[in-house]
Amino acid sequence: MRSYLALFKMRFIAGLQYRAAAWAGIATQFFFGFLFLMIFRAFYRSSGMEPPMAWPQLASYVWLQQAFLAILMLWSQDNDLLLSVVNGDSAYELCRPYDLYAFWAFRLAATRLSAAALRFAPVLLVACLLPPEYRMALPPSLWAFALFLLSMALSLALVVALSMFVYILALVTLSSYGSRLAIGVTAELLMGAVVPIPLMPDWAQAIVNWFPFRYIMDLPFRLYSGHIAGAEAALQIGIQIAWVLGLAALGRLAFARTMRRIVIQGG
Amino acid sequence: MIYFKYLRMVVKSMLQYRANLVLLTIGQLLSVAGYFAGIALLFARFGSLDGWSFGEVALCFGVVTAAWSLTECFARGFDVFQSTVRRGEFDRVLLRPRGTILQILGGNFEFTRLAKLLWAFAVLGVGVTQSGVEWSALRGLTLALMVLSGFLIFSGVFILGASVCFWTVEGLEFINIFTDGGRELAAYPLTIYTRWIRRFFTFILPFGCFNYLPLLYVTGRSANGLYALTPLFALAFLLPCLLMWRSGVRHYQSTGN
Repeated sequence: MRSYLALFKMRFIAGLQYRAAAWAGIATQFFFGFLFLMIFRAFYRSSGMEPPMAWPQLASYVWLQQAFLAILMLWSQDNDLLLSVVNGDSAYELCRPYDLYAFWAFRLAATRLSAAALRFAPVLLVACLLPPEYRMALPPSLWAFALFLLSMALSLALVVALSMFVYILALVTLSSYGSRLAIGVTAELLMGAVVPIPLMPDWAQAIVNWFPFRYIMDLPFRLYSGHIAGAEAALQIGIQIAWVLGLAALGRLAFARTMRRIVIQGG
Repeated sequence: MIYFKYLRMVVKSMLQYRANLVLLTIGQLLSVAGYFAGIALLFARFGSLDGWSFGEVALCFGVVTAAWSLTECFARGFDVFQSTVRRGEFDRVLLRPRGTILQILGGNFEFTRLAKLLWAFAVLGVGVTQSGVEWSALRGLTLALMVLSGFLIFSGVFILGASVCFWTVEGLEFINIFTDGGRELAAYPLTIYTRWIRRFFTFILPFGCFNYLPLLYVTGRSANGLYALTPLFALAFLLPCLLMWRSGVRHYQSTGN
């Protein structure tokens, strides 16, 4: 366990070095936050019906999305790791005496966490100080906030478990472009990154429920604003845990099978 | 024409990696499809947007996407210009007895973006049939002008971003706000945004001039024919971009190689 934690720390500190990139990222995230809010606001304005999500809940959703983008986005993956898989450097890792699946999983989690650590605080801080129509709302209760934190942690685990399939496929095909793009675009739509799920028509919401992706983003953000609460919250978190365990088990199995017939192309 | 010789060479070299080409093309298609699906879902739920129908917004989105993919196709060299400067490859460009702009334009041609262009035309088709516009020769002409003008304006922004590299060597990340961000922003009619955004994207970065303003004329919201001519403003925008490029070239100091 200690070696996993050491790796985690190493990757985390390495990630914290890229500060200039983080600032540019923050500016971009503000722009997109405003953009999405203005678009949703215009839709809210033009429809007479009862909004599916109260406005402050939607504002919180959008800012949380921008703040935690680095954790949630499946299209962004660890390029160094993918490169080491493709050019054969990962052969060294195979020689080392540890569980490679867990090792890579920790590495991915650390990379994502450090990228998010640099970005989320400034985004959320400023988002709380904006004029009321764009302002991020505080959670309705401490309980809601605790559920959000729990679900966010599970969400990171879910993203890592899903990402591992990209690396497993890269081990087989030696190219990650297709799988990354396919999972990235699918996930973005189905997790509610393009349009928040409550804002989708009913038939689309029914489809989305069949996939693990909405537990990455939709669930924690709606727990935060109290849009999902009570017994519903407990049930949903239970489903989220089941997806994490199921996908991790499946990933481990696929990883072990791939490892048995791996061919190292020199190096 | 020497430019077409350049194009033929780039296309031939790309055809050497066919599988990669197919994958990249599919990827390009998927990335645009996701965003358009988002627009369709929102309309399915809310019905209309500040009095604009789905067909009209599809028209807006189609124009922007077509203009954008043309730009990525032909002006790609300016988009990836920072690596050209950093590797000192611009020296070679300066040594040749041809214009710098011609060489950068010709040196890179993103074939794969043509798939996006096809998709953009499909969306435009949806827009043209669903928007309820009564088409006339003049309106059709305006639509074509909009795509062309968008292409010139996006190219201008790319050239601006590339010119900055002469001073900074690094590319500036925040330029992406105006390229990628501007593209997503202009997918909807500008009227839905707050005033300062509308002004910025009309008078400073004139994205509104190639889709929102002429759309007012095309959709019959305004009978004023002047709106049909606003795409021509693109030419005025291109001028300072080219001047910036020229002064950048003069300022260029090689990174050495």
